[in-house]
Amino acid sequence: METTDLIIKLILVVAIFAISLVVAMYSTYAERKVAAFFQDRVGPNRAGPFGILQPLADGAKMFMKEEIIPTRASGFLFVVGPSLAIMTACIGSAVIPWGPQMKIGDRLIDLQVTDINVGILYIFGVVSLGVYGIMIGGWASNNKYSLLGAIRAASQSISYEISMGLSIIALLMLTQTLSLKEIAAQQHGWHWNVLYQPLGFLIFMVCAFAETNRSPFDLPECETELVGGYHTEYSSMKLGFYLFAEYINMFVSSAVMATLYWGGYNYPGMDWVAAHAGPTIAPIIGVVVLFAKIFAFIFFFMWIRWTIPRFRYDQLMHLGWKTLIPLAIANIVLTGVISTIYQHYFA
Amino acid sequence: MEPLSKKRKLLEAKPLNFWEKAYLPAIAQGLSITMKHFVKNVFAGGDVTVRYPDEKREFSENYRGMHSLKRDENGKERCTACGLCALSCPAEAITMTASERQKGEEHLYREEKYAAVYEINMLRCIFCGLCEEACPKEAIYLDGDIVPTDFLRKDFIYGKDKLVEPPLNQ
Repeated sequence: METTDLIIKLILVVAIFAISLVVAMYSTYAERKVAAFFQDRVGPNRAGPFGILQPLADGAKMFMKEEIIPTRASGFLFVVGPSLAIMTACIGSAVIPWGPQMKIGDRLIDLQVTDINVGILYIFGVVSLGVYGIMIGGWASNNKYSLLGAIRAASQSISYEISMGLSIIALLMLTQTLSLKEIAAQQHGWHWNVLYQPLGFLIFMVCAFAETNRSPFDLPECETELVGGYHTEYSSMKLGFYLFAEYINMFVSSAVMATLYWGGYNYPGMDWVAAHAGPTIAPIIGVVVLFAKIFAFIFFFMWIRWTIPRFRYDQLMHLGWKTLIPLAIANIVLTGVISTIYQHYFA
Repeated sequence: MEPLSKKRKLLEAKPLNFWEKAYLPAIAQGLSITMKHFVKNVFAGGDVTVRYPDEKREFSENYRGMHSLKRDENGKERCTACGLCALSCPAEAITMTASERQKGEEHLYREEKYAAVYEINMLRCIFCGLCEEACPKEAIYLDGDIVPTDFLRKDFIYGKDKLVEPPLNQ
């Protein structure tokens, strides 16, 4: 009994790890293709049909390139930086519920690596660790521009983490739990949290953009001001790790947004499908639905990136501290007042 | 001052109202514009770029591309190495060495004098077309393609092997 559980968990871990790597890999391709379509271009179309082998070609190029460690750089930390970035990006997906319980034979399987009762806090912890990768990388390069980029990343990450946390508090007041599995299950039917927390979702999404260092919040890699930002000195696959980590982060934060606010694996007509398709097939459809939501978010990330220009640094700080934090606090108060009134007079 | 046209529009810097300060309507507008392009490109096949190596844009009729030295209707080289093209060339890109036609070469060259060496330095050429205009024998035209790229400077000096039209019966 114990060993079978272990094997199931192991399969799940490997599967999720592989899926997030593949999704990140093809996000790079999708990003280039989507950017091309937004800008009236064609995009990669040489490697394979429609260029779908482009990520493999890019990967091969990354591995073949010369690896440079600057002489004045701190050698150990220089290697630790990108490893930390990609590691923290990868472990974030451990608490996301990918689907409802699945029945294979007589066994009920949770489509989630682990359901810890502080799931959201775990994700926040992991996400805020991600900035260490950038910070260490920028520091170890011994390059002024890299250091500036790293410092920007750190200050941006800290500033937006606050409003992200505050926007989540309003959500937790409604859900009464920190477990992502619980939150996903509560949104069954049409009780998607975005309908109750539209402002909270907006704040959370803006912060997610900032946390993943995606445009318009990609100040750490501002090429016009900082050459390449924190990864100026990096080459070959170490640079690849940094870029890859960004895409994995994008995938994980899309998954988190879909789970917290957009109903996770829930979709309209779910009970009907579950009754007709059986307890083995129906959860798979749930997983597909969740992935559809995730891909929609990834597309939205790209859509924003190729539309909105980058913020100026003071504008970024202004938005974070003077707009989003007050808004998030107002959202908490509003949520408290409304839910109290509802419980007193209507429940 | 009297305005030149009636299109002048007076702009004044008003403070932003609430919605303008929130930026969200402007962002939504921007997103809709890019989305229009996306939809057009994905579903309506709105290719606006030329897929260059596969397909080439058609040049206009008076486009001046690479030079070619012409042959006449019998396949003989028209050029008589008179040097007018070199003289007219403002960039001094053309050099040539004249030679006398030997017995048995009548099928190769149209007149007694011909260019044994004819070189154009493509790095100097400005594609002005004055050589074309100066030529009394209608021997040189700039009717070719774009000059291809290369790695070494010496490879941009085009000799007769690259300039002369291929023989007729080939």
